[in-house]
Amino acid sequence: MSHVEADEAREGIGAGIEDRKAKVSPRRQMLKEFWYYFSENKGAVVGLYVFIAIILIAIFAPVLAPYDATAQNRGALLVPPVWADNGSWAYILGTDAVGRDMLSRLIYGARYSLTIGLVVVTLAVTVGISVGLIAGYVRGWVDIVIMRLMDIILAFPSLLLALVLVAVLGPGLLNAMIAIALVLQPHFVRLTRASVMAEKQREYVTAARVVGASPLRLMVVTILPNCLGPLIVQATLSFSSAILDAAALGFLGLGAQPPTPEWGTMLADAQEFVLRAWWVVTFPGLAILITVLAINLVGDGLRDALDPKMKRS
Amino acid sequence: MSAIVSAEGVSQVYEVKRGLFAKAAGLKAVKEASFTVEEGETLAIVGESGCGKSTLARILTMIEEPTEGHLTIDGIDISAGRSSDVKRLRSTVQIVFQNPYGALNPRQKVGAIIEEPLKINSKLSRAERREKAKDMLAQVGLRPEHYDRYPHMFSGGQRQRIAIARALILDPKILVLDEPVSALDVSIQASVLNLLADLQDRLKLTYIFISHDLSVVKHVADRVLVMYLGRPVEIAPKAALYSEPKHPYTKALLSATPATNPDDRGERIRLTGELPSPFDPPPGCSFNPRCPHANERCRTERPVLTEHGPTRVACFAVDEGRI
Repeated sequence: MSHVEADEAREGIGAGIEDRKAKVSPRRQMLKEFWYYFSENKGAVVGLYVFIAIILIAIFAPVLAPYDATAQNRGALLVPPVWADNGSWAYILGTDAVGRDMLSRLIYGARYSLTIGLVVVTLAVTVGISVGLIAGYVRGWVDIVIMRLMDIILAFPSLLLALVLVAVLGPGLLNAMIAIALVLQPHFVRLTRASVMAEKQREYVTAARVVGASPLRLMVVTILPNCLGPLIVQATLSFSSAILDAAALGFLGLGAQPPTPEWGTMLADAQEFVLRAWWVVTFPGLAILITVLAINLVGDGLRDALDPKMKRS
Repeated sequence: MSAIVSAEGVSQVYEVKRGLFAKAAGLKAVKEASFTVEEGETLAIVGESGCGKSTLARILTMIEEPTEGHLTIDGIDISAGRSSDVKRLRSTVQIVFQNPYGALNPRQKVGAIIEEPLKINSKLSRAERREKAKDMLAQVGLRPEHYDRYPHMFSGGQRQRIAIARALILDPKILVLDEPVSALDVSIQASVLNLLADLQDRLKLTYIFISHDLSVVKHVADRVLVMYLGRPVEIAPKAALYSEPKHPYTKALLSATPATNPDDRGERIRLTGELPSPFDPPPGCSFNPRCPHANERCRTERPVLTEHGPTRVACFAVDEGRI
């Protein structure tokens, strides 16, 4: 506002004029702007569509799947997919060694993968952000202790550490998820701590402190919302590594246990048929590949769209 | 009139680590600052970058505790460090920062920014807070519809008005203005300064105005405190300071102020040398390496503020009548 406008406001000129606010609410405008930059990245848009498709498949799995995921058909062992020789329309993607329909198992498997991603990311994000917030805000020896601990976790190859944890906790999907979350959260801690340290120096934080805001309020209400951009991106990318790690643990027999139709576990069950029945190995692998690729593309697009340095005008 | 702020020998030392094995050095940002501020006046604090102006502002607003000395604000000694006192003084002293772009939380709406002090310090209902905030918006020359907007939708001058509104919402008696206009255009500077003058009249505020811009100070101040390397070197009423500056540093500072009228331009005093490192200030008067009037006494003894007419100045040359 110019000083002319300020004078006007003081004298009440223009008080009768209706709100000069633009019609679009700022939130919607932000969303529109976000979509504009996001949609510039074609790969990200394709990734988003694929990801949405996978979510829909997971939600409507009972409707879409032609068979029960664990139902065995002794009369149709290792049937090849429909386009290969001896394939049949009854089993579009073929069956595995005990006669279970591959397509149905893959469709149900989407549920497991998405659940794993969601649970792991939620766990890692909540723990990582809280710990990082405390480390970045309090500093001093608290910070040193926390960061050295995180360094130790980061120094292990992530899969190895997850393996050790699962070995301690016992195999199973839930324990695998806890182990993966623990392995992933140092990234969130580091990221949060760095942003908090940068934001804490800003004057608006000092201003809030001068009016008597408590440390908790400063951390959660004042600082945290300004650190979320990079964290959202990291969360998306962690979603895919969580799925990948869970598949790896499943493959090693420490994740989901058979007959759960988890993709990694399916791979493990099928390893002896790699040469005889390629479809039993290929399709779960492809499913993992497509899902992870889609999520990574979305993450890249998010990073570009949320980075102010990428914005023009 | 009575003193609302009185500082006695206030010092602030920062421990600065210099490498893993080097001993930590003490950076004396403010040294033995003693001054008073009268109720309702504007005290301007001037000096070049790094002279401790902003540190003084941070001490006055209780963002930092002074390492030494006594500071009494509105009858309460804050160096005693009682948290109940500090809490009470929260609504007595408020601050406006230099950079209006950094001082407002980009994720909060203007309304939320102005209401935050009330939310923390009072038990007003949501509707009462909203009403007070809208009232305050009008007081600082903004419109009520600005309540629902985000800071990035405003210009620098408007943001500074928002920052002033936030500082005033708790009805403080003292406002510390840390270079409130130096980040703004000249035309906007004038309107913000006029707003500040209006508010001072209306709300009977006491201003502590920190600035490096002597022409702005001439416009707003009642008294001026000149700082050099963490110490006050001259405190004088505005008229006395501008008509007959006493301290050699003040003279050099004033001669460096650009004047539009060629007749007002005096002889430019050029200081030689650089500002000494605050880690290792020179012995004696801290200005002696750059002072044209320095003698042996200035290099060994430290001058203290003494009265010369309306002015208080820390300089042996003035004491001895050499200048």
